[in-house]
Amino acid sequence: MRHFLLTTAAVGLAATPALADLSDGKVKIGILNDQSGVYADFGGKYSYEAAKMAVEDFGGKVLDAPIEVVTADHQNKADIASNIARQWYDTEQVDSIMELTSSSVGLAVQALSKEKKKITINTGAATTELTGAQCSPYGFHWAYDTHALAVGTGGALVKEGGDSWFFLTADYAFGYSLEENTGNFVKSQGGTVVGAVRHPLASTDFSSFLLQAQSSGAKVIGLANAGMDTQNTIKQAAEFGITQGGQKLAALLFTLAEVHGLGLEAAQGLNLTESFYWNRTPATAEFGKRFKERTGAMPNMVHAGTYSAVTQYLKAIQAAGSDDPDAVSAKLHELPVNDVFAENGKVAANGRMISDVYLMEVKKPADVTEDWDYYKVLATIPGDQAYIDPAQSGCPLVK
Amino acid sequence: MIFGIPLQALMGQLLVGLINGSFYALLSLGLAVIFGLLRVINFAHGAQYMLGAFTALLLLTVGGINYWLALILAPLIVGLFAALVERSMLSRLYKLDPLYGLLFTFGLALAIEGTFRYFYGASGKPYAAPPQLSGAVNLGFMFLPIYRGWVVIASLAVCIAVWLLIEKTKLGAYLRAATENPVLVQAFGVNVPLLLTLTYALGAGLAGFAGVLAAPIYQVSPLMGSNLIIIVFAVVVVGGMGSILGAIVTGYLLGVVEGLTKVFYPEASNIVIFVIMAIVLILRPAGLFGKEA
Repeated sequence: MRHFLLTTAAVGLAATPALADLSDGKVKIGILNDQSGVYADFGGKYSYEAAKMAVEDFGGKVLDAPIEVVTADHQNKADIASNIARQWYDTEQVDSIMELTSSSVGLAVQALSKEKKKITINTGAATTELTGAQCSPYGFHWAYDTHALAVGTGGALVKEGGDSWFFLTADYAFGYSLEENTGNFVKSQGGTVVGAVRHPLASTDFSSFLLQAQSSGAKVIGLANAGMDTQNTIKQAAEFGITQGGQKLAALLFTLAEVHGLGLEAAQGLNLTESFYWNRTPATAEFGKRFKERTGAMPNMVHAGTYSAVTQYLKAIQAAGSDDPDAVSAKLHELPVNDVFAENGKVAANGRMISDVYLMEVKKPADVTEDWDYYKVLATIPGDQAYIDPAQSGCPLVK
Repeated sequence: MIFGIPLQALMGQLLVGLINGSFYALLSLGLAVIFGLLRVINFAHGAQYMLGAFTALLLLTVGGINYWLALILAPLIVGLFAALVERSMLSRLYKLDPLYGLLFTFGLALAIEGTFRYFYGASGKPYAAPPQLSGAVNLGFMFLPIYRGWVVIASLAVCIAVWLLIEKTKLGAYLRAATENPVLVQAFGVNVPLLLTLTYALGAGLAGFAGVLAAPIYQVSPLMGSNLIIIVFAVVVVGGMGSILGAIVTGYLLGVVEGLTKVFYPEASNIVIFVIMAIVLILRPAGLFGKEA
């Protein structure tokens, strides 16, 4: 009799792993990002919407348990972000945190999550440190990083003869990482870096910095900043006749959201790198249109990347039969990524999701036939070239 | 060469500092007028500046009204809106501690900015400079965008006009008298509440004017004011709370100091104004142009 009971119990457990192996009977995903500051359009509440779309497309349930998405604004401050993350993990049963725009925030929350054994999938921050020296067995980096941007935009401009660079850099972790990656890449291609100037995050006036860049005589001015800072820089560069003077602007991190905000009049002709463009294939266009119906805007790589990250996380839970972070992390490292965002993407041992990135050119206003159709895809850069070889990344997890 | 910086580059930076100083002067002038005459610390000033820029943008996109008309209309609209706010809400707080006025205007600013962010996102919208003022002239030491030159001239003219209005006209005399002794001025048959409403509208209108001037330079975005307002408060404190001339002169001065900091040590450019504020507060608590209480 006792033997029978044990057997039925075991059979029962095997048949309903959801109830047995999911902590607190549901899966809760937190989307933590900037929703009110300079990066609010770059990721912001649309990333939350993308995460909800992913959950709906997955059927709203994984292993028969409901999936919930929560969100909060970290105001680009690492301490606020860490406090929210701690509260989510400790008292609100959040299983994983994603998006995490802004490199300083991304690094802080990934370190906290490593300590707490929770999964983070970063789709919004850029620094390669996330999968470099500060990598984590539970930390993943989706969508893009400063290395991919450097290879994409930097490579294209050096090839066109832009072999001397001056950097205008946002004065924090992300800016340094982007400047360093791009600078190294430019040098490896035979170019030179003549100088750099650092500006505080969320500056309004860039004319002083632009004048310094102008007088440096560099052929390319690399904008190692993001969001509204880059928009204002480009707008003011036009005023000071920088492009008429023959210097080229390289917006190293610039997405569809910022192109839309800046307007094609000022943005036309810019080269930029993104890992997603809605009008690239019929499948991406279909996704883009569904996204736009909900938000009023087409997705950029952060939004589409968040959709992909949430989807892959749910797939990993399903494959692992559990939401145990060690089991899910193993599956995330193992499963290929195939969705609207990535084709045959793979996750390396350092947590980097490797998929193709694209070099774009912003169209002239006259060439745009459809609303939001701003890019011409110039080249596809295979993931293996775009991202750092995991063995060279400096991540101690790669053996 | 001065400290390793070529003289030409230095001249360019001085001019750029003067341009930024124009915005500081216009905005701190409005704040000083409101504080000096109403004793209200107007935290909604940044929002009113943003409203000016957005009004110009909406006038253009919805009504097809060009920059030059917007330069007159937008400050009037912002001033009218401010007058309504003052009449319906702010005026009820005059009897209370000044802290209530500060909290009210701060809340108002958050509400206005939040509303615009809901509709326009954080990235905002571009606003093109008028065709008459686009392009640039080569001054030899720098490339001066014509529009920026215009900003300096326009803001200087408005600053001087407001200073004259308050210091040299009959209306200005009433205003100043009303702040000194409202009961006595009212006894002479002057409508003091109306004067206060007009003053608040004037201050807000100045912010709106600065907003229209700024629209073609910066992205028109819901956050454009909140990025600037703290600096402007520091300018007012350095100049001396309520001192009109102090606000104007300090605005230009600190713009130039900030511009120079961007050359010598760019990382400090965001805090140099606050460092100066701290030093001034220690040495001259009433500010450079303030009267010792």
